[in-house]
Amino acid sequence: MAETKSIMLVGVGGQGTLLASRILGNVLLSAGYDVKVSEVHGMSQRGGSVVTYIKYGDKIFSPVIEKGEADVIISFEELEAARWLPYLKKGGRIITNSRQVNPMPVIMGVQEYPKDLTEKIRAKGVDITAIDALSLAEQAGSSRAVNVVLMGLVSKTAGFPEEAWQKALEACVPAKAMEINKKAFELGRAV
Amino acid sequence: MAGLMLGNQAVARGLYEAGVEFVSSYPGTPSTEITEFASTYDKNEMYSEWAPNEKVACEAAIGACFAGRRSFCAMKHVGLNVAADPLYTASYTGVNAGFVLAVADDQGMHSSQNEQDSRNHAIGAKVPMLEPSDSAECKEFTKLAYEISEQFDTPVILRLSTRVAHSQSVVETEDRKTVRYDYTKNPRKNIMTPANAKPKHIVVEERTRKLVEYAETSPLNRTEMFGTDIGIIANGAAYQYAREALGEKASYLKLGMVNPLPVKLIKDFAAKVKKLYVVEELDDVIETHCRKIGLDPIGKELFTFIGEYSQTYIREKILGVKDEYVELEDTIPVRPPVMCAGCPHRGVFYTLKKLGVFVSGDIGCYTLGSAAPLDAMDTTVCMGASVSGLHGFNKAMRGEYEGKAVAVIGDSTFIHSGITGLINIAYNRTNSTVLILDNSITGMTGHQNNPANGKNIYGDPASAVDLEALCKAVGIDNVSVVDPGDLAETERVIKAALAAEEPAVVICRRPCALLKTVKHKPPFHIDTEKCRTCKACMRIGCPAISISDGKAKIDNTLCVGCGLCSQMCKFDAVKE
Repeated sequence: MAETKSIMLVGVGGQGTLLASRILGNVLLSAGYDVKVSEVHGMSQRGGSVVTYIKYGDKIFSPVIEKGEADVIISFEELEAARWLPYLKKGGRIITNSRQVNPMPVIMGVQEYPKDLTEKIRAKGVDITAIDALSLAEQAGSSRAVNVVLMGLVSKTAGFPEEAWQKALEACVPAKAMEINKKAFELGRAV
Repeated sequence: MAGLMLGNQAVARGLYEAGVEFVSSYPGTPSTEITEFASTYDKNEMYSEWAPNEKVACEAAIGACFAGRRSFCAMKHVGLNVAADPLYTASYTGVNAGFVLAVADDQGMHSSQNEQDSRNHAIGAKVPMLEPSDSAECKEFTKLAYEISEQFDTPVILRLSTRVAHSQSVVETEDRKTVRYDYTKNPRKNIMTPANAKPKHIVVEERTRKLVEYAETSPLNRTEMFGTDIGIIANGAAYQYAREALGEKASYLKLGMVNPLPVKLIKDFAAKVKKLYVVEELDDVIETHCRKIGLDPIGKELFTFIGEYSQTYIREKILGVKDEYVELEDTIPVRPPVMCAGCPHRGVFYTLKKLGVFVSGDIGCYTLGSAAPLDAMDTTVCMGASVSGLHGFNKAMRGEYEGKAVAVIGDSTFIHSGITGLINIAYNRTNSTVLILDNSITGMTGHQNNPANGKNIYGDPASAVDLEALCKAVGIDNVSVVDPGDLAETERVIKAALAAEEPAVVICRRPCALLKTVKHKPPFHIDTEKCRTCKACMRIGCPAISISDGKAKIDNTLCVGCGLCSQMCKFDAVKE
């Protein structure tokens, strides 16, 4: 019996976490797992901190992931990796975009953006990989392809055939954006 | 074919397979996507529309079921308050073809102004309510709801929650079937005068008795026995949390029909287990029922009335087990939702803050005008309350605030229920100033067309409400239109409306910056030679602007070139 695995996608509303979760959900389903994906819509999407939960295994009940339960956290922004760190399981892994997006309290000068977050997370004994996904997305042709760059990186270690990822990409990305996204995926996978 | 579907998408699929022909809804998180997905089916088979509000949607669906076609409407929990009036009497008339109303509760208030439990409406209206706990059940329960509706001659409510509506899980699709009934005039059934309604109330009570019998053996309610130490009675998402938390350490009575509740089924389950828990989010509906039938389960003495549950919450409460986790010592700044870069509402709220006026707020993206640094809102209650509330505020203040108070309401919300408040302002006369923030879309729920923007749900051209003419027609003579992207002009026009010795409407018109039809200018940038770090540009609370290395900086991935910040800068440091 396959144990339930939990993946979190965290970021800032508008960064495209929903598309990434669709791609991942498709890949997992094609691998024969029971899958649940839980998303956030509405008010909190407007530039707020957003999270998507993806769980897979033989049979999934709860669609949500709680503190200490995530095997992998894929973060679209550094501060969000730190915010959701408590959700990581002991021995879990974080993949984060190194980009920083200032939240309103920082913009207003009320609070500071904490420094060296990736190093501090690593110092806690957490396996964390940080990449500049924005530069790679821009290289692929659109700053909006950060989500697909990160999926490319995830695909390297997730252990599913590359063909399944390509199929999922085709199923989830609009045809006119396909070329840029394929390139973004390759750049992420090549990291 | 099997695939991943959102709960809402699965409800839409269920509608299609059940042969539904008419769908009318008003958007509301977390229910919106049901109708969006419904509109992706062939409109000649299943027609969909956005109604002006939930009451109209519900009434339209009732009319369609009278016509002998299966019908549907969807709304969020607070929308059901608006649609309650037709629902409570449709309970008396019953249906011709099946009529199902979906209501999505928002446990945890991810995107809502309260956390009400819609099961109370099912009890109040005396109609059956089904509650799925994943996407496959969303589809199955939707189809079954039509069978129940027709078998028992009643509207049926399908209750969702944020987690069920917005989670994807596997769904198998099936073919559509056709179900149609002839229309025959039947005044005693369909005209609810007192003479007809009195005998119908007897029918309704008898129907409830029959529905309880149905609930005793319905496949909607299911027992899963693993052991006898712990018994869990649960519904909806709470069942999934309990099932994951306790696995085969407990036995479960999963209730898919949450109104009316069975008696014998629950008593039999209770008799089989040593310790009985009721795990239900929000109100203690099942627990109260258990007490009424002589049981003494552990319920709200252990579990909260507030927010969402989870597997860890239930594991901790019942088994006393807690997960370990790592966290940093740093304080992580919160990241609240903000108005998007280029949002047309920003200029309005900056102006209102500058003028220091009382702002009667409403429900939409513009409620974010209440957040720092704009902080330009005093009250927000429900859809439409900005306009009617301002009238009451101004009356009670004997006119003292008329020159320093405004209502703000979006175009869609104004059509939904702002117009009636405006009629009251004109009719019972206060010199109130109402700002209609017309961004040509229903924004917060994710861009739905509405009666004011000239497009229907399919994106086809449609009649558009002429807001200026509408306001004039109800008795408001002082109506002006301004582009909120022009700060000086916006201030001038709002000041003039406030100074007028008559009711006034200012339509602040600029389309939502996220609309695909809106062409953006290239990002602006800061001339660091000219920037004096006065931070004037930061007072508008744009997420694209921050201070970096002692100077203002514009994030070129966020900036859409609206130019509002350039109007704030006295040193000509913001460049196109």
